[in-house]
Amino acid sequence: MKFSLGAIQYFWPKQVVQNFYRQAAESDVDIVYLGETVCSKRRELKYEDYMELAHMLREAGKQVCLSTMTLLEAPSELRELRKYCNNGEFLVEANDVGAISLLQENQLPFIAGPAINCYNHHSVRRLLNMGMTRWVVPVELSRDWLQDLLGQTLITDVRGCFETEVFAFGHMPLAWSGRCFTARSENRPKDQCELCCIQYPEGRTVTSQDGQQVFVLNGIQTQSGTRYNLVNQLASMQGLVDVVRLSPQLEGTFDWLQKFRQNQHGETQVPLAKLDSNGYWLNLAGLVQK
Amino acid sequence: MELLCPAGSMPALKAAVENGADAVYVGLKDETNARHFAGLNLDEAGLAEAARMVHRHGKKLHVAINTFAHADTWETWRRAVDMAARAGADVLILADLAVLAYAAERYPKLELHLSVQASATNAAAIDFYRQFRIQRVVLPRVLSMNQVRAIARTTDIELEVFAFGSLCIMAEGRCYLSSYMTGESPNTAGACSPARFVRWDETEDGTLESRLNDILIDRFAPGETAGYPTLCKGRFEVGGETYHALEEPTSLNTLSLLPELYREGIASLKIEGRQRSPAYVAQITRVWRQAIDAVMADPAGFSVAQDWNRVLASLSEGSQTTLGAYHRKWK
Repeated sequence: MKFSLGAIQYFWPKQVVQNFYRQAAESDVDIVYLGETVCSKRRELKYEDYMELAHMLREAGKQVCLSTMTLLEAPSELRELRKYCNNGEFLVEANDVGAISLLQENQLPFIAGPAINCYNHHSVRRLLNMGMTRWVVPVELSRDWLQDLLGQTLITDVRGCFETEVFAFGHMPLAWSGRCFTARSENRPKDQCELCCIQYPEGRTVTSQDGQQVFVLNGIQTQSGTRYNLVNQLASMQGLVDVVRLSPQLEGTFDWLQKFRQNQHGETQVPLAKLDSNGYWLNLAGLVQK
Repeated sequence: MELLCPAGSMPALKAAVENGADAVYVGLKDETNARHFAGLNLDEAGLAEAARMVHRHGKKLHVAINTFAHADTWETWRRAVDMAARAGADVLILADLAVLAYAAERYPKLELHLSVQASATNAAAIDFYRQFRIQRVVLPRVLSMNQVRAIARTTDIELEVFAFGSLCIMAEGRCYLSSYMTGESPNTAGACSPARFVRWDETEDGTLESRLNDILIDRFAPGETAGYPTLCKGRFEVGGETYHALEEPTSLNTLSLLPELYREGIASLKIEGRQRSPAYVAQITRVWRQAIDAVMADPAGFSVAQDWNRVLASLSEGSQTTLGAYHRKWK
């Protein structure tokens, strides 16, 4: 079982990002995803900065993948996307089929990110034929769903040709919109947002009128109000999941990485926080903690 | 420019055809349909009857098979495609790339449209889906008019846009908020904020509370109009303020954009609402038929008639309409 760090979902200052990846380089994480996947206006780090980090992490022995934008709407965003797809060195995580299209043009392999709608064995097979080497399962799918899918003959024949990865820790990306909810929460129009999301390095929490935390606003992305935490489910992933993804948090990411690594076979139950959830994996509503 | 109207039943289909729809879209009574609501939609016999009726009027029938197939019940999706083809559908509206591939290979002459649930928001994504022989793309409701224009000018594929109805504020096919709260999402179960999870409670002071799977979505003071608890349209608290944190309960209305959509060569205007009544479909269809005829007769001289807006507002969520993402300010 390998462990990965997903792309940072929030908008952090450059210095904070660089510190985070220096820690990553020193950690025992196996795979690191780099890049902006939420909003193309977030430019604290440019393509060259990410490449510099990528080289640093590769030298530290990490497998580095470049993550691409999820909601691509403007021609300028496609031009930027092309740069990442043609980087010439690192594997690319496609978070929109537009990226798969560009990678296919050059017959490059790709990782299908969690926002690619791939729900069944026939879709997996099609993506494999296009060059997919790793499939990050959509966050809403359960262990049962994954087991059904991987058990289909169409897949058992080719199971050695790709890895599976599961988003297992952090606030889950649940929706993307044309609208920026962080800007809206500050009464700013999106085109005058002044990048206000940089003031919310863990997003802005949304609570129901009776005090339940329901969502986290992260720009155009809406995240789960709970922190998804599958630290006690790793034993049930054996044989199904090759890579376990942790989503970078402002604090404590690397401590959690240790807890995950030490619990791969269910050695020690880790107590969950009140706002942790594991429902999706257990085939329940996503926000449930069991 | 085609007027494409919704029908969740035979009476709605009849209403659409008789009031001026050029084409009608329907879905099956199962989880292959992103409007999988109790008591709605058609079975195989209904589909064949619908095709006959639509064809008798010289119109077209589109069948939406636009959820994502499950591994253990893949046959349901394959059968839905076979059924629609057999029944005489003119067009299939598909989202799952495996279902698209199956339909493209098995029925090479059948016209395929890319469902909005496939979330193709840019020219590269459209290029990706061309390998499945699609002839048209239904654009998500997250794009601004500028972005629609940019796509229209860079692709030669037919484009269809949402013209009127419920406003989905998230990129369709990429929203799991409903399964997060209830376990069922449009992608996996064909439903958003499913009715069986809805509960209404009245408190002692007369406040009405709407809940979805026990989560409080909104509170309404006595006399306030209470809307269905679609989870993205509730009032929540952010930073000490309680407001519609994601979106107000309003409907999309693009009447005022009609000349521009026409100028950009948009092939089809889609009316949302397969869950609506035949009377609703009849009224909406009449208004949009008149509007499209007016813009096609004289694009430069087009103006929105007051009574069109009046009818549409009366049929809208919260009696309010918006240009949604088409208008930059909305974002």
